[in-house]
Amino acid sequence: MKRRLLLFLPLIGFLLLAVFLYLRLSEDPSHRDSALMARDFPAFEASTLEDPDRRVDQTVLTGEVTLVNVWGEWCPACKQEMPQLLDLADRGVRMVGVNYRDTREKGREFLSEFGNPFELNIFDPEGDIGFDLGVYGAPETFLVDADGIIRYHHTGYVSPADVRDTIMPEVEKWR
Amino acid sequence: MALNRWLIAMLLLVVAGSALGAGEIREFDDPVTERRYQDLTASMRCPLCENQAIDDSDAPISADMRERVYQLLQDGQSDTEIINHMVERFGEYILYNPRLENRTYLLWGIPVVLVLLGVLLVVWMVRARRNASATSLSAEERARLDELINRERSS
Repeated sequence: MKRRLLLFLPLIGFLLLAVFLYLRLSEDPSHRDSALMARDFPAFEASTLEDPDRRVDQTVLTGEVTLVNVWGEWCPACKQEMPQLLDLADRGVRMVGVNYRDTREKGREFLSEFGNPFELNIFDPEGDIGFDLGVYGAPETFLVDADGIIRYHHTGYVSPADVRDTIMPEVEKWR
Repeated sequence: MALNRWLIAMLLLVVAGSALGAGEIREFDDPVTERRYQDLTASMRCPLCENQAIDDSDAPISADMRERVYQLLQDGQSDTEIINHMVERFGEYILYNPRLENRTYLLWGIPVVLVLLGVLLVVWMVRARRNASATSLSAEERARLDELINRERSS
């Protein structure tokens, strides 16, 4: 009789595997950790959206916990998340934008229409900085600590709940 | 008949469309580099579009990644260097063949372990069955079996 029960082992194994795979299936595959987590913000040299003559590099992000938002005028979710980013700026979070694959003109229009929470915007028309950040779509948001190390990464639209439940606690944690 | 022709025409259109697919016309100095380009872009998963290789994807990021692979090949980088370059930015996720390391021993190891277990199981079952057939006859049954065999022979 006992050996009969052993025959159920493959079935049990299969069921365990099925449950495991089913649970993983319901996860959102776009929510995966950035490869840059706990690493330095990649080195870059670029001008700002506001002033073509002003050159900045990665040191502009150090000294204070900074939220780096990668956005573009062409990106609908970027418009929708602007109120949340303005809210974050109101809460005293230092915000820096990366204007990703955009033109100066359109980028500036976007900011005058939807508001500008950013202390400055790094101009990245070719998407090189975005590439080094592993950005595969906009918007994406990175939290950089005072030493310029990436501590948190958010892919896609930032909802008011994300601000309250995840981003603000992360900002506080790394301050 | 006309319908058949129409169907075939549609099918050809679809095939032609997918053959065009994503990708640019690129110049290579030699066929080996071209081959490496094709292999590399076929072995990386598009980070945006889920389970499409970057050589097969129309997503802008895939075009960027193909361009980068091409540039790095032109710079004379090795396949490993190029793969590292991409993984540093986009993570292990983009590799269709995850690398063998601490995190992936289980992934690569489980199939091997399962095959070994299966072999052991078969060996064990065959042995058990052989022993069972050898020992299950009682002395009385054995005597009767001998009798039957002998009767067969003598007749």
